[in-house]
Amino acid sequence: MALALLGLALAAGFLPVLRMGLEQGLSGLDPYVFRVLRFTLLQAGLSTLLSLALGLPLACALARQASFPGRALLLRLLNLPLALPAIVVIIGVIEVYGAKGWLGGIFDIYGLQGILLAHVFFNVPLAARLILSDLERIPAESWKLSAQLGLRPLAIWRLVEWPAIRSGIAGAALLIFLLCASSFAVVLTLGGGPSATTLEVAIYQSLRSDFDPQRAAMLALVQLALCATLALVAQAWGGLGASWPALRLQPKRHDGHSTTARLVDGGIVLLALLLLLPPLAALIGAGVLHINPSALLLQALLTSLGLGAASAALAFAIVWPLAVLAVRSGTWRKIASIAVLTAWIVPPAALATGWFIILIAHAGVSGLAAFLVIAMNALMSLPFVARVLMPALSHSAEAHDRLCISLGLSGWNRFHLVELPVSKRAIGLSLIMALMLSLGDLTAISLFGTQGFVTLPALIYRQMGSYRFDEAIGTALVLSALVLAFSTLAERWSDQR
Amino acid sequence: MIALEHVTFGYEEMEMRFDAQFPSSSFTAVIGPSGGGKSTLLNLIAGFEAPESGRVLIDGADVTALPPDQRPVSMIFQDNNVFAHLDLWQNVALGIAPSLRLDADQKRRVDSALVDVGLGALMRRRPGEVSGGERQRVAVARALLRDRPVLLLDEPFAALGPALRRDMLDLVKAMSQDRHLTTVMVTHQPEDALAAASHTAYLENGHIVALRPTAELFAARDLPGLKAYLGT
Repeated sequence: MALALLGLALAAGFLPVLRMGLEQGLSGLDPYVFRVLRFTLLQAGLSTLLSLALGLPLACALARQASFPGRALLLRLLNLPLALPAIVVIIGVIEVYGAKGWLGGIFDIYGLQGILLAHVFFNVPLAARLILSDLERIPAESWKLSAQLGLRPLAIWRLVEWPAIRSGIAGAALLIFLLCASSFAVVLTLGGGPSATTLEVAIYQSLRSDFDPQRAAMLALVQLALCATLALVAQAWGGLGASWPALRLQPKRHDGHSTTARLVDGGIVLLALLLLLPPLAALIGAGVLHINPSALLLQALLTSLGLGAASAALAFAIVWPLAVLAVRSGTWRKIASIAVLTAWIVPPAALATGWFIILIAHAGVSGLAAFLVIAMNALMSLPFVARVLMPALSHSAEAHDRLCISLGLSGWNRFHLVELPVSKRAIGLSLIMALMLSLGDLTAISLFGTQGFVTLPALIYRQMGSYRFDEAIGTALVLSALVLAFSTLAERWSDQR
Repeated sequence: MIALEHVTFGYEEMEMRFDAQFPSSSFTAVIGPSGGGKSTLLNLIAGFEAPESGRVLIDGADVTALPPDQRPVSMIFQDNNVFAHLDLWQNVALGIAPSLRLDADQKRRVDSALVDVGLGALMRRRPGEVSGGERQRVAVARALLRDRPVLLLDEPFAALGPALRRDMLDLVKAMSQDRHLTTVMVTHQPEDALAAASHTAYLENGHIVALRPTAELFAARDLPGLKAYLGT
């Protein structure tokens, strides 16, 4: 049932795009499409390179300096950009680096530079957290051995650190590339016209401003092919790291005590702070002055929460039965992982194109807007929900299966007596992650939203567009406070597991 | 000789205090309940932990402030003694040169250390392709090669089967005698202590309760904690 729903949603997205795309054949691949594809790859590639170039030293510095005042706080700060909605971060970046910003004039933020800046802001912390968690998995004995053998930093890098992170870095790079290639909000707000647009945004523009479903279908097809290739490569490489990086107890390090090491690591951390803090500070500083508790803000807030709750529930309703089946049999496990992978691969805008084409032909979009947004947000959060629920369930099955079978416990009885209490935390965590994703989403609401149907991110975008930037900052602060409250809860739950 | 003079160390609300001497060329087993400070004792001698007060002396020299690589110590752990991406030969060669650039004479020494521990035929294998016992032999070969006067063993053979454990113990005992090493070995097995150690220390709650000739310690009647620990 859940799977049928998922299949239907995906088919409704795929088939019209495929038909319309193939009907056009190669004639649809005009220079415009190629230009957009080239820019998509260029910005994603550069974003990935820059993020790794800064994230790798940051991770190494944080791993080497295992205890200094403020380290735990810094690690939490690194989680922030991952939790904050893109549109909020963009507001902070504009406030700092925009023409009238604190550091205005350093970068030209509308165009490639701005896009890179925003992507680096998101992905340096992501890269650092991913690499750091690999580094912290190095056994304590390796550090003791290195200390006893008197290995110098370069030898430690060659013999201990690099082998531990090598495969993780490739995975992180692919993940970041995939995220940047399908990034929507950043390119929509900071991209500069047709020369600096990506496939995802170009699809949106063809659908909503130019009303050109033909072109949208062609772009969607290209985007689909691109994301599918990347996701399959990433999967082959050992899966996409969509889990919540937990704070772990790190093994004691015996190096990094020299003055040089401390200076180098301190400098790197300082540099990262210089990158991360100003936009956040600007957001809070300017935001508190401009919170305007209007009826529109309240309405957007309630709409966001309602949509978020509904899409979280939908995502859960799809993943839970799949997870239960996946625990039971190997075949279902494969099907479930393919379903989750599909949700990774399918770029939201490409899927929306298909839904659009079908609905335009029959009824129209506006009446169904809320349902479409909920469905799309649920689909977008599937991989994250699955990452939390599936291991929790298989863990519970391992521990309780034989006892449950011998007691004849099954169905609802088993669910509410065993699985529910045991995986309460995982369920809560997965729901919150889906909710947060939906709260911050600008893609679905931009594609399907209407004048009277507004979420917080959509309101921020609208306020930015109508030269009410101050109000946008206020709204952004409200949205971040909301998301942070949920992410604090999520982090507490994931820590306790 | 290893001497700990009024060494104190705080660990999770437990205040450890060590005052002990391990004579030169002696083989001392350290036994006692988990969490009693056995590994900490080795870590303090090896320099992986710094005492809050007191001094650690090895052969008369104060090493308290020295980093691990400048102490005359080799240590073998229960696991993770090898780097998984290097072959056995390279893992042993690290004992001479972290750069792995060795001259002909050094290469010969690596070869012979591997032959001495019975790994002559497996030098080019990676740790993943050999057994747990063979991986521990790599650590022994590296310690042979480093040739430091103090050898510390932290439950080195706990994961091995009885026969293999006895073989390894014999290997370490022979090496320790041939080279007159001062050896301290943490173990949970009384028979390990009886088989290899001239002396045995009983450790409890961060204190060395007794350090006596092995047979004497196991026969002692004045140590109620030891009786409970051994279950006799």
